[in-house]
Amino acid sequence: MVDFDVVELGDTDHVAEGDTAPDFTRPLVNDEYWEDASLSDLTDEGPVLLVFSPMDGAFPATYVWNELRDRELGDRLTVVGLSISTPYAHKRLVEERGMDYRLFSDPSNAVAREYGIEHDLDGMAGIEEPRPAAFVLDADRTVEYAWVATEWPEFPDYDELERQVRRVA
Amino acid sequence: MPADSPPITLYRLQACPYCERVVRALQDHDVPYRSRFVEPMHSERDAVKRLVGARTVPAIHDENTGVTMAESANIVEYVEKTYGGDGAVVETDDGGAA
Repeated sequence: MVDFDVVELGDTDHVAEGDTAPDFTRPLVNDEYWEDASLSDLTDEGPVLLVFSPMDGAFPATYVWNELRDRELGDRLTVVGLSISTPYAHKRLVEERGMDYRLFSDPSNAVAREYGIEHDLDGMAGIEEPRPAAFVLDADRTVEYAWVATEWPEFPDYDELERQVRRVA
Repeated sequence: MPADSPPITLYRLQACPYCERVVRALQDHDVPYRSRFVEPMHSERDAVKRLVGARTVPAIHDENTGVTMAESANIVEYVEKTYGGDGAVVETDDGGAA
């Protein structure tokens, strides 16, 4: 028997399959610079996998980005992340993970609230971040597949996620 | 890249007074621009190096004229000459600063 606790996050009324994913504009960070960009700028070019992750430096962020990098999904669609970390931290993460994906920076966590996936962190007063979540969007921002963590920590079913990406893109 | 992105791209460093000087000149003349922020470490600024041949900021690229340049004094002079009222050589829309 395991003797550690997995925290139940409970139900949430989050953006779901069939919904139009809310658009937003935030600094979008690559390995060289950042500039304001909208989610719709990315979907205008085709399907997008939008991944919400814990803040850069937390082990789930490292695990998720290592796995998604190794699956090379960027050949099929635009993969983009979002966390509450600053552009400076994102730039380091992109460099350290050696990944081709870009990351939105949203320290306000307003985007996560818009998506119904905010997660108030126990023991870090005043800090909330997104629940781990992944959304596969078509070029109209229609949600084709949605996964939102119900436990903490929890990781996406990567094989299912990749299957959904291949179905859409 | 957004289809309606402004013609001028400004490479800047957060809190850099020389960059703010260029921002003020662009805003004074209602010239739309988009900002790309780079890192304080010069060695981290390859995007700027590829653009202007040096790793200094501010630097701009203007798709209207094809001009690429560094050095804030030069850029301010260029903005005033190109977009500054009577002698302006390029019309801009009224979108203001992005």
